Amino acid sequence: MLVLNGRALDFHNFQSDAKNAIIRVSAQPNRPNPLRKREAFLVTDQNPPEGFDMYIGVAKTASALKRISLDARTIILPDEFEYIADGDVLRIWPGQKQVRVLYRRNSSYNYFLTTERCNHYCLMCSQPPKDIDDSWIIEDILTAIPLIDQATQEIGFTGGEPFLLGDKFLRVLRTMKSYLPNTGIHILSNGRLFADEEFAKRYADIDHSDMMVGIPIYSDVSTIHDYVVQSDNAFDETLRGILNLKRYGQKVEIRVVIHQQTYSRLPQLAEFIVRNLTFVDQVALMGLEITGFTRANLPKLWIDPSEYQSELYKAVTMLADSRMRVSIYNHQLCLLDRRLWPYAKKSISDWKNEYMPECKGCREQENCGGFFSSAKIRYSDHIKAFA
Amino acid sequence: MSKFQTLSEYERPLSDGYKLLPFRFTPLDSTNYVLTNQAGEFLVLDRPTLDTFVRHRLSTTESTYADLKSKHFLVDSDSSVAIDLLALKTRTKLRRLADFTGLHIFVVSLRCEHSCPYCQVSRKSDDKTAFDMSIETAEKALALVFRSPSPAIKIEFQGGEPLLNFPLIRFIVERAETINVIQKRNLQFVIATNLALIDDDILGFSRAHKILISTSLDGPADLHNKNRPRPGNNSYQKAVEGIGRVRQALGRDQVSALMTTTHASLGRVREIIDEYIAQGFSGIFLRTLSPYGFAIKTKWFEAYDAPEWLQFYFDGLDYILELNRAGHHFTEFYAATILTKMLTPFEPGFVDLRSPAGIGIAAIVYNYDGDVYASDEGRMLAEMGDKKFMIGNVHRDAYEDIILSDALLNPIEESFAASVPMCSDCAFEPFCGSDPVFHYATTGDFIGRKPLSAFCGRNMSIFRHLITLMRRDEEVKRIFVRWANR
Repeated sequence: MLVLNGRALDFHNFQSDAKNAIIRVSAQPNRPNPLRKREAFLVTDQNPPEGFDMYIGVAKTASALKRISLDARTIILPDEFEYIADGDVLRIWPGQKQVRVLYRRNSSYNYFLTTERCNHYCLMCSQPPKDIDDSWIIEDILTAIPLIDQATQEIGFTGGEPFLLGDKFLRVLRTMKSYLPNTGIHILSNGRLFADEEFAKRYADIDHSDMMVGIPIYSDVSTIHDYVVQSDNAFDETLRGILNLKRYGQKVEIRVVIHQQTYSRLPQLAEFIVRNLTFVDQVALMGLEITGFTRANLPKLWIDPSEYQSELYKAVTMLADSRMRVSIYNHQLCLLDRRLWPYAKKSISDWKNEYMPECKGCREQENCGGFFSSAKIRYSDHIKAFA
Repeated sequence: MSKFQTLSEYERPLSDGYKLLPFRFTPLDSTNYVLTNQAGEFLVLDRPTLDTFVRHRLSTTESTYADLKSKHFLVDSDSSVAIDLLALKTRTKLRRLADFTGLHIFVVSLRCEHSCPYCQVSRKSDDKTAFDMSIETAEKALALVFRSPSPAIKIEFQGGEPLLNFPLIRFIVERAETINVIQKRNLQFVIATNLALIDDDILGFSRAHKILISTSLDGPADLHNKNRPRPGNNSYQKAVEGIGRVRQALGRDQVSALMTTTHASLGRVREIIDEYIAQGFSGIFLRTLSPYGFAIKTKWFEAYDAPEWLQFYFDGLDYILELNRAGHHFTEFYAATILTKMLTPFEPGFVDLRSPAGIGIAAIVYNYDGDVYASDEGRMLAEMGDKKFMIGNVHRDAYEDIILSDALLNPIEESFAASVPMCSDCAFEPFCGSDPVFHYATTGDFIGRKPLSAFCGRNMSIFRHLITLMRRDEEVKRIFVRWANR
């Protein structure tokens, strides 16, 4: 697991009132001077060039940092941040000596958390919502976007519920389109705000050619969905939201998390999607991530994936045979019905992706999505290496 | 105290009871009933459960309750989005109506060098050109074709044997393409031919203009030649050679074949299917004879009855399912059409199984002499002396006069299944269609009497059979879903 967020060992030469900043990392000693003034140079073992706004290194290379002029601003990070590379974007809090890696150029799993506020309270929420004013996050994202590499394939936005930010979040999406026109956008949302057709239209008016909203539907039955997300009326509003998004030609993905409360009606849910939502762009059937609220609710959520293979098979074939795009996320190959392997995706973000001791020597490990690092708490009894 | 609420908290609104959404039901077998809604979704319940459901006594904890709610047979006060979704699904099913006429059949010649006793179009064997369409007629007909608002236009050349008048096909194709430079429709051509006259010249032209070929193949050589006599008794050989030549010249999928069931076919369905597999086809349309033309005169039409044909059809279906189970993907196209209605939100747009009927508004026929017919069967009837379905003439009438004629609108309106006695309350109506031409030909009116209608009897049996098959076997259900979405 990669650590994205941490305390620096040292902030050197920062004034006591230094402001929080978002800064692009450069490892190129020959950067033009005007750019050096607003970038952080990543110090390795060579002699650091002059003129950068600040210098960053990990403990291992601290000796090289000493070669920088005495009055330069420097940050020394723990060695676990060694992965930081040219083109990455960081947020720094000099007051708290905190650093957060906002964007990694070499990763295909970059996403921004937009808010911790949410109108759901899902039993298995991996990012438990907080009712706080965190609108500053949006300003940070707006500052970070112009620093991101234009060749980036995709950026994700998550929450909380991003669309609770309303037009502020739409402004982020418009900024993405302006600065990163070739970068795909994927947004995790519960879709409820789009039940307001006028809002759906404003979203569609951004007119981005590669922008998709991933929206969860946990059951074909309203009561079960509302229970899972712990909110009345959620099922109706989410469905109306999806209909409005498609009315305006927007891309929609349906996401289903499989757990004890949702697995038994998976085939019926697949049929429901085929009959009512055949126009959505893709469907993802996902394994449970054992983090956040899931830990508290584990007894009523956990089911060994080996126990729902028959339901999963029926659901996947119903969707695939009906010519819908369907994928299985977060499942280990040794638990999956062989016939479902072609649908399995390596979906877990690189920074929280791990394998278990049982996986040692498995010849399929390269093709397997593996585990969330949080799975250590609970994972299937049937994990076994393919010899 | 948990900050999470229990499922029962969210189920509270269910105690208000439920309302029934519009649905129809009909017995499936001695114990079960099929329930359908207007979007074609269906569910099978035994009689006591159906009874409990309609009396509003169904327990909300039963999985049947969830199934009925999920498929929009009931609503409760927890959720009302079912109404939005039902409306959307109904719109989707009816969407094709707005496109209007897509299939335009040109009878370019009624002459034929075959002499099939079951010929339903009453071909002429005269060598004269009295039964060929003229350039003037074709030109007028084309002007009408492009009056249809349909974004997709398919022009099908029929006969007789249309290749006997190939120069006119050439003219129509080129002229239609010229018109289409401005019209920009999705334009497609099909020649329905017995392939006996196919040559390199025709194939070259077909390749250049992406023309599809549709032919007849009734089964193994002896059966095919018996059904489809021609000088030299080589109809089968000509057809099979022709299929090969078309594939070679135009591409594997550019030729399709249709079979017709005759008395001699009964008992031989496996051989017929094997013939289709041997010829490299991925499916077959097991078709019954229609009551028109020489099929009536020669009494071939009455040579077998509905139960005999159904036996033939179900045997064929069993064999085809056997093939699919063993891993060979092969489709029965009539079942597939019905399964699209049953298992998808879409309407297949098959002209002979839709309501309102497809006559005129889905398919229209321009006869060699310029008369316009509401359907292919309509012109078959005319050759037998009854011009009931003639809706105009390309030389005499304007598009509006033809499309708004009583001769077209009356049969469409009168036969509309949703308002026809016995169809309007039939649970299978969403899977069915109306065939005013068949019913007129057999009973003298557009509706017929459903308990005596062979169309009704045959289709009801097939609906029940398909539902029973997929209920019995998960694997069949999966094969059917694939057919439905082929």
